[in-house]
Amino acid sequence: MFKTLHKYASPMHFFALARALTPWLFGISLVLFGVGLVWGLFLAPADYQQGESFRIIYVHVPSAWLSMFAYLVMAGGGALSLVWKIKLGDVIARAAAPLGASFTALALVTGALWGKPMWGTWWVWDARLTSELLLLFLYLGYLALQSAIEDRRAAARAGAVLAVVGIVNIPIIHYSVVWWSTLHQPATITKMGAPTMATSMLIPLLIMAFAFQLFFLALLLVRARCEILEFEQRAQWVKTLLGASDQSRGTR
Amino acid sequence: MTPALAILRRECLRLLRRSSQLVQPLIFFSLIAILFPFALGQQTELLRQTGPAAVWLSVLLATTLSLEDIFRSDFEDGSLEQCIITLDALPLACAMKSLAHWLTCLVPLIGMALLMSFVYDLTPDARRALISALLLGTPVFSLVGTVASALTVGVRGGALLMALLILPLYIPVLIFGASAVHHATLGLPTLGEHYFLAGLAVLAATLAPFATAAGLRARLS
Repeated sequence: MFKTLHKYASPMHFFALARALTPWLFGISLVLFGVGLVWGLFLAPADYQQGESFRIIYVHVPSAWLSMFAYLVMAGGGALSLVWKIKLGDVIARAAAPLGASFTALALVTGALWGKPMWGTWWVWDARLTSELLLLFLYLGYLALQSAIEDRRAAARAGAVLAVVGIVNIPIIHYSVVWWSTLHQPATITKMGAPTMATSMLIPLLIMAFAFQLFFLALLLVRARCEILEFEQRAQWVKTLLGASDQSRGTR
Repeated sequence: MTPALAILRRECLRLLRRSSQLVQPLIFFSLIAILFPFALGQQTELLRQTGPAAVWLSVLLATTLSLEDIFRSDFEDGSLEQCIITLDALPLACAMKSLAHWLTCLVPLIGMALLMSFVYDLTPDARRALISALLLGTPVFSLVGTVASALTVGVRGGALLMALLILPLYIPVLIFGASAVHHATLGLPTLGEHYFLAGLAVLAATLAPFATAAGLRARLS
């Protein structure tokens, strides 16, 4: 098993694997999106308290989950690169960062859209909202560091340290924000969602979560392929690959 | 003299001999701290309530600006690279860098904060809580700040980048530090916040030097 793992840790083999997997991931996630959206937006019953506007959770909750998962992927890639010197880790971390930032922003925007009719305001300093906002700033810091350091490898290595520092800090930030908001907030604001959810609402949510997850993986692989080509632009296999595609374009 | 002490002595001397580096954060701190009354108005009661927050924020901003200098001159004259190549105990040297930064930058800032607590007319309890919380919380600023300083060493336009990297990581200290003073103003016990700040400081002291060393190696190898 380690042999296969080792094989796909090499950029060349990972590139081929990613290229083979991407259409499948896109295809399955599109199908799941279709099923989940129709089910969630039209077939699932309306909430007896929140009415139709609860349906935004089918976008909001999966993006919020992914915003955290993407940071895990990023820090995991950073750890791979720092601890085992696996170059693929840098590629994965750099590919995951903008995706994670986008899902975080999506979760914040959909949360605000949901909060307006429910709470009567776009924003409250609720613990979960605030830590999601801080997560966005952690992503933005990583991206700023990436763009400030010109050499791609050096940027990725510095980013790996930052991502690992970030993952240690995320629980600390989250729990201190929870502590802060319970101190300063009146406890009148009802938190989103009941502890139990009706099955008819839960199933489309799970389908949407899978769809988002696969969509994220597909985008991650596309971005990782692009990063690999840029990282390895001096490698022979990349030259052959790009030369071959140039030629085939030229003869067409 | 052990190597750690020698590094500490060198760092302190280096920072102390350049007096502008020592004084400028203090001036910046006082300037930010006296901007708050202009924005908020001059009612004593309001300023007594917002004073602790103003002091904490000013310390935060002054620290952020001072972080860039931790590694800059060492990087420019090349001694940083020699350190990375020759030192066995790079994390220890990084810890000494943080300690030197705390001693030369943040301890004077805490003295200035004491002065500001009179300007804002804090109650004696609040003043005591502010200073003790600053003493426990600011080591985290230095330690985590050294990591960010290592990561941005040699990057142009570093100050803004530094603020972007470091301010989210300072939020827990800000929360507990500000709430300690707030509770002291209300006459409530503040032991919990102090324990939290001490815990954060211990955690930062154990992990940050290793992250700094990894960051330096990542930037300069």
